[in-house]
Amino acid sequence: MYEPYLQLLWGFLKAFVVGGAICMIAQIVINFTDLTAGKILVTFMLAGVVLQGLGLYQYLVDFAGAGATVPISGFGYLLANGAIKGAEKGFFGAFTGALSSASAGISAAVIFSFLMAMVFKSKSKKN
Amino acid sequence: MTGKNRENYNKNYIAYVNSFDPPTKHFKNCFRAFIVGGFICCIGQAIRVIFEEAFGLYGDELSAAVSIALIFLGTLLTGFGVYDRIGRNAGAGSIVPITGFANSVASPAIEFKTEGLVYGLAAKMFVVAGPIIVYGVLAGTAVGLIYLFL
Repeated sequence: MYEPYLQLLWGFLKAFVVGGAICMIAQIVINFTDLTAGKILVTFMLAGVVLQGLGLYQYLVDFAGAGATVPISGFGYLLANGAIKGAEKGFFGAFTGALSSASAGISAAVIFSFLMAMVFKSKSKKN
Repeated sequence: MTGKNRENYNKNYIAYVNSFDPPTKHFKNCFRAFIVGGFICCIGQAIRVIFEEAFGLYGDELSAAVSIALIFLGTLLTGFGVYDRIGRNAGAGSIVPITGFANSVASPAIEFKTEGLVYGLAAKMFVVAGPIIVYGVLAGTAVGLIYLFL
């Protein structure tokens, strides 16, 4: 009777370890190079696109769930996955697939950021 | 100071400056990134489980809903100024998850609001997110076209 709870806990553990590991790899890259946050995000997003282009990132998503989809490489996975699914429908699908699969994330980022900018004032940066 | 610029300065001076640089704590940094990144992914997993059980979402819809929820949390915490405080200690642990992407959109939007709604808020919103979308669309569409012709 504890089976479903263990299953749930196991899911969280996998998400924690895989998500944490991806962030730790990024931190190692930051430590040994001078890459800024923006470049790290672009690099990891591209890594997600390439890995899914080769069909590999899907395994990580199936294994770790949110641990693989929440890091920015999951965004790249989404783009590549959308383009691949679109390509099955033809040329137009291959062209529109990438952005349409990422539309939820981009729309949410734009809309919520706009709302937050309307509500909040800039905090002075105390270091 | 970035690596490239340092080569232009006098070597003695660089050695002098470097002697005052605190040594990078590799292990501590990596451990923090692991914990914070893993924790954010666990929040994502929790939202995933809740949405699955409560709203019966699945597949692509479920992932989209989880992304939207996390991006909302990311922008909200940015608005309260909490996310930058987390980021100061967590490094890549707060940059790499999708909440870091949301932070990179919301943070300049809030900061540059005073410079106007068009060239301030709206233009600066994409300082970091713009390159991600540009290269994401390029690479994603390239993958799509490769699959189309294979």
